[in-house]
Amino acid sequence: MSVVVIGAGQAGCQAAVSLREQGYRGPVTIVGDENVPPYQRPPLTKAYLAGDVDLDGVLVRPESFYAAHGIDLVLGDPAAAIAREDREVVLRSGLALRYSHLVLATGARPRTLPGALTLRTVADAEVLRERLHRPARALVIGAGFVGLEFAAVARTKGHEVTVVEALPRALARSVSPIVADHVVARHQERGVRVLLGAELSAPERGNADLVVAGIGVVPNVALAEDAGLTVDDGVVVDAHLRTDDPFIYAIGDCASFSSAFAGARIRLESVQNAMDQAACVAAGIMGSAEPYTAVPWFWSDQYDMKLQIAGITRGHDRTEVDGDPSSGRFAVYCYRGDRLLGVECVNKPAAFVQTRRRLAERQEFSVA
Amino acid sequence: MPKITYTQPDGVQSVVDVNEGDSVMRGAVLNGVPGIVAQCGGGASCGTCHVYVDENNTKPLPEMHPVEDELLHCTSSPRQDNSRLSCQLPVSAELDGLVVHVPETQI
Ligand SMILES: Cc1cc2nc3c(=O)[nH]c(=O)nc-3n(C[C@H](O)[C@H](O)[C@H](O)COP(=O)(O)OP(=O)(O)OC[C@H]3O[C@@H](n4cnc5c(N)ncnc54)[C@H](O)[C@@H]3O)c2cc1C
Ligand code: FES
Repeated sequence: MSVVVIGAGQAGCQAAVSLREQGYRGPVTIVGDENVPPYQRPPLTKAYLAGDVDLDGVLVRPESFYAAHGIDLVLGDPAAAIAREDREVVLRSGLALRYSHLVLATGARPRTLPGALTLRTVADAEVLRERLHRPARALVIGAGFVGLEFAAVARTKGHEVTVVEALPRALARSVSPIVADHVVARHQERGVRVLLGAELSAPERGNADLVVAGIGVVPNVALAEDAGLTVDDGVVVDAHLRTDDPFIYAIGDCASFSSAFAGARIRLESVQNAMDQAACVAAGIMGSAEPYTAVPWFWSDQYDMKLQIAGITRGHDRTEVDGDPSSGRFAVYCYRGDRLLGVECVNKPAAFVQTRRRLAERQEFSVA
Repeated sequence: MPKITYTQPDGVQSVVDVNEGDSVMRGAVLNGVPGIVAQCGGGASCGTCHVYVDENNTKPLPEMHPVEDELLHCTSSPRQDNSRLSCQLPVSAELDGLVVHVPETQI
């Protein structure tokens, strides 16, 4: 056996690590196009951007780990093509790697706007961190998690910050209006201008000397598409995260899978999903395949707000609020009919862990 | 460097040198000690870095923050008096020789 992983992000790294943890002894290679070993992206809009940690502090594993665990790490050399008949991946440098199992963990890239910076990679974060050393009038386009977390750090550092969102509310894809409104109000209290349902005007733009776009990502699927694999938003995989080629898996931000939690085919952009899908695929390669059923969860830190979401709350038709939002500590339970879809917690970690457990137990019960 | 010992549920032990200032969680992750999942990377957001501090421990550990206490509220391996989140235990010379036990499950 010989496993090749394309994409040296959190999913790709974890796939190799999980293989070793599960006793796999054969060769494993991770191929990455960035020049740095796998790192965690969440700190890029949190501690790293704030200047509290450096690259070493965000690496998923220290550089020496890979050789010590027999993991080949090929960096700065993107995979250019997959030759499925030969079970071979060809890199831009011409290097060809044979595989018995291939894992696509190519992630996603930010949507871009002319004249706006993006925040996805440590290189992006380095540019922005540097830029925040001087006073800035920052304009953030898009009130999603990345944009709002950037806004929180920039504002905390004393910069002027405006957030413009085309939709009538913030975090529209991710949380209920109660939580979204609460988050926006906390930004406004700190002096961030938040313009919702707003067209980006030329004067607004002209006024800013730093423009950051946080308008979502697109999955990196070209490699899969060129290899003739089914792509529908992400690389389409089955319950075991296999593509239509039984020797090729897809995991993390680039994978589109059927989620019992969403009741639909989705892509998830979260560390939880990247890590749990990686472990699931490692087990599959080791011959103990189980369907992927992990409970989705997500967190975001803004100012002194700790947001934690368990389950997928999108599509709820009813909410129950536990606690008083004005206290800054509350949980919103989201239901569709009688079914609990999940919980969105603001500074209420107990509700989060409890609900995550409850969803996991329900899942086990329904699979068993 | 301070040495931290991680004991797996099956009794297998790893003794690891951990940089002062790194957490007990980071020490495990950087050295490939299994069973400490640490999905949030130390942000006290996930509760997947649960450990049991050895019962005979005499090393001084920091007070538990209310967030840590809440995250330990509903652990999948039962919470005990010696339960901690390992990302909230910064390693210092004083902790040299600390022994922690890795639970069966994290979520
Ligand atoms: C700023 C920011 C903050 C975030 N905050 C949170 C948070 O608080 N909580 C949370 O749960 N999630 C958060 N996320 C999301 C989380 O980081 C992602 O879901 C996770 O990193 C996905 O991992 P991945 O390995 O699937 O993809 P990626 O991390 O995108 O890694 C894929 C890698 O593959 C590379 N690649 C692509 N094509 C090729 C090719 N052909 N050859 C070689 N390499 C290739 C890419 O360049 C990239 O390095 C955040 C993301 C960002 C950007
Ligand atoms: S690593 Fe997430 S809570 Fe400790």
